[in-house]
Amino acid sequence: MQIKPILAALRRHRLATLLIAVEIALACAVLCNACFLVARRWTMIEINSGVDESSLAVLTVNGFEPSQAADVNARMLAGLQAIPGMQSATLISEVPFGPQTGAAGISHDAESFKNLIGVVDFVLAGPGTYKALGLKLIEGRLPQPDDYRPATSFAPEDAQVLVTRALAEHAWPGESPLGKDFWCDKMHFRVMGVVDHFARAQPSQYNMQQGEWTVFTPVVPGGSLAGTYLLRARPQDVQRALQAARAAVPKIAPDVVLDQDNSKTLGDLRASYFKTDRIMIGLLLGVVVLMLGVTALGIVGLTSFWVAQRRKQIGIRRAIGATRGDILRYFQTENFLIVTFGIALGMLLAFVLNAVLMKFYELPHLPLYYLPLGALALWGLGQLAVLGPALRAAAVPPVVATRSV
Amino acid sequence: MFGYYLDLALHSLKRNKALTALMVLAIALGIGASMTTLTVLHVLSGDPLPGRSGTLYYPQVDPRDNGGLLPGKEPPEQLTYIDGLNLLHAKRADRQALMTGGAVPIQPDSAALDPFYVEARYTTADFFPMFGTRFRYGQGWNAADDEAKAREVVINSELNERLFGGANSVGRTLRIGDTTFRIAGVLDDWAPSPHFYDLNTGSYGYAEQVFMPLLTALDLHMDHNGSTDCWGNGAGGAGHIYPAASCVWMQFWVQLDTPAKAADYKEFLIHYSEQQKALGRFVKAPNVRLRNVMQWLSYEMVVPDDVRLQTGLAFGFLLVCLVNTVGLMLAKFLRGAGELGVRRALGASKRALFAQLLVESGVVGLVGGIGGLLLALLGLWVVRHRPSDYAALAHLDPTMLFTTFLLAVGASLLAGLLPAWRACQIAPALQLKSN
Repeated sequence: MQIKPILAALRRHRLATLLIAVEIALACAVLCNACFLVARRWTMIEINSGVDESSLAVLTVNGFEPSQAADVNARMLAGLQAIPGMQSATLISEVPFGPQTGAAGISHDAESFKNLIGVVDFVLAGPGTYKALGLKLIEGRLPQPDDYRPATSFAPEDAQVLVTRALAEHAWPGESPLGKDFWCDKMHFRVMGVVDHFARAQPSQYNMQQGEWTVFTPVVPGGSLAGTYLLRARPQDVQRALQAARAAVPKIAPDVVLDQDNSKTLGDLRASYFKTDRIMIGLLLGVVVLMLGVTALGIVGLTSFWVAQRRKQIGIRRAIGATRGDILRYFQTENFLIVTFGIALGMLLAFVLNAVLMKFYELPHLPLYYLPLGALALWGLGQLAVLGPALRAAAVPPVVATRSV
Repeated sequence: MFGYYLDLALHSLKRNKALTALMVLAIALGIGASMTTLTVLHVLSGDPLPGRSGTLYYPQVDPRDNGGLLPGKEPPEQLTYIDGLNLLHAKRADRQALMTGGAVPIQPDSAALDPFYVEARYTTADFFPMFGTRFRYGQGWNAADDEAKAREVVINSELNERLFGGANSVGRTLRIGDTTFRIAGVLDDWAPSPHFYDLNTGSYGYAEQVFMPLLTALDLHMDHNGSTDCWGNGAGGAGHIYPAASCVWMQFWVQLDTPAKAADYKEFLIHYSEQQKALGRFVKAPNVRLRNVMQWLSYEMVVPDDVRLQTGLAFGFLLVCLVNTVGLMLAKFLRGAGELGVRRALGASKRALFAQLLVESGVVGLVGGIGGLLLALLGLWVVRHRPSDYAALAHLDPTMLFTTFLLAVGASLLAGLLPAWRACQIAPALQLKSN
């Protein structure tokens, strides 16, 4: 295939060529960035909470004085554990995708935040909660009975804790986190073990790496660990057990008020937590599809016009020996050249758009592999769009050359 | 002349139905998408209290020590209880109200209803006249009730409906926790959006059902909801009922009727900070802010990131649609080059041809605009059925309706400019010869 005559022909249609190229460039920039945003959201939605979501539910009550906490806990735990099908009912302060209760900055030094590690979620957990959650210990040891400390604020004054691998790698890169100390002002913590995954309550409020900065803190029931209960049942029973638990609250403890919104299965909590992200993904993909459709239709329209305009020339070429395949390939090559030009422009534009987005949102650089993928998609789109008009061009009979119009 | 051009345009558009449909579709899709998102953006960045927001200010002072977790040079976003009371009692503004959010347990008299929690606002008396709340029945309490820790509440119409079937409940009693309150007033449907006076409880679609005098609520240890930021030894926690003295958890709003008063008030805040520093309560040099409602909302960036992203995306899409329309229009105009040549040869000026072609693109824009409007209505309907807290707000108002058509016609005229100019450059003789 000779490229020179095609380029010569395009030079006579500079404006139209440029328009298709610009359209491809815009499409390329939006496509790459939109797909990047979709991929990021998708990773967020797929975050590993580290717990057995399908077996767990949470039940929250409030409306009691802090002084009643221990009493309410005792009654609630006994009542909830008696529900048929309930494997366990234990105390926890927050669960993944539920309301956040205890976030605080931690530091390598006592009474100073100069050496800040970051803002982490302290999950207070009573006896049995570790087992109920189904967390996976990868290093260190599990909390023993005397590790459970009383707490009256968001964490105990001095405690041995479990941290997630993500937090350990951030705070002590390349070192063993076991036995390491960290502080929150005067409160002191020592790492006794590391769990594989454990998402914090509101992971998408933090960036991707920080979604699992969670500290599992063993705490004696009572004080600030009261009112929120982790229910565990077999996956097929969990919905039923939760319903029974919700219905039982007025009987178990008539003096407390059930928090309807925060008494759900973890599966439901996760689904509603990521609902808007799912919608956003759908929206981004919808716009991408529409945009590609409009671009394709634009190419069809302009190429059809060119085919109509060049009917006579096509006829002449056919008359002097060009095959249908030659004509078809001519238009295909022409489209390939224009799209290639557009993609080159589009890659630049994609980076500009990425830079603009980075300015307004917490986003990293666009990974380079998006560009060849975007280019492939647009080449394919161009070839698909040009096929119809090109086939029509190939069908022009040589006899057209002999007609005056 | 315009009528003739319109006639020509319609004629020409009818000849290439597929191409015309393609152009209309492209414009309609672009306009539909961008108007949907723009309307949402417009609604979300709207003025919560039109006519009043300009005179309402949110004073901020900086009581923090030098260490601590709260970063930045900006003062904290709320006040400590002590500063709030001091500023309230100073009475240096035309009106002022100190408030915070909470939740209270309602114990209905009727046995058919279980006790339930509702969102509450603990505030001082000026809240109602300052924010211009509309009352269905009765009115708010007064400053004397504040000081007396009166057992009075204002409820909203939703709670009134739930408890009293919508009847005039002023003077009736309401049990909250263990305490009996007298209902002083029932609000009409009043829920400013964004919820500017306390953004910690959610910016949109949030309405308190009970309003209680602040001192009464604190006296009765009602639950506090909202953000609490502490420094120093401030970590209060569950052992204490309310945050410590070195925590900010109160919102304070003032009404200052003239810019001069606002300037005076800012002076007063600086003076107050200096005074507190002299007393040893404040450590830093005076660091004060006095933002009005709209400034406060823009500082707090209440419009969700996703909404801005969607708007940007939709306009990117509109741009692609426009470039597409430019290309198609170019094809269309050049296809009619023969006719244009004839008209030129018969004496029409380039300007006349240009005007004619622009009328043609204007018609495409208008039809595309109508299509876009229908798509935008559909889009907003979809937005309203999404589970976001601002969903119910997404309606097209007359301004946005007008903007839609302006945008559609403007965009397609813009798209028509280049092809029309290009088509006018044709030499008439050449066109006549080839045919």
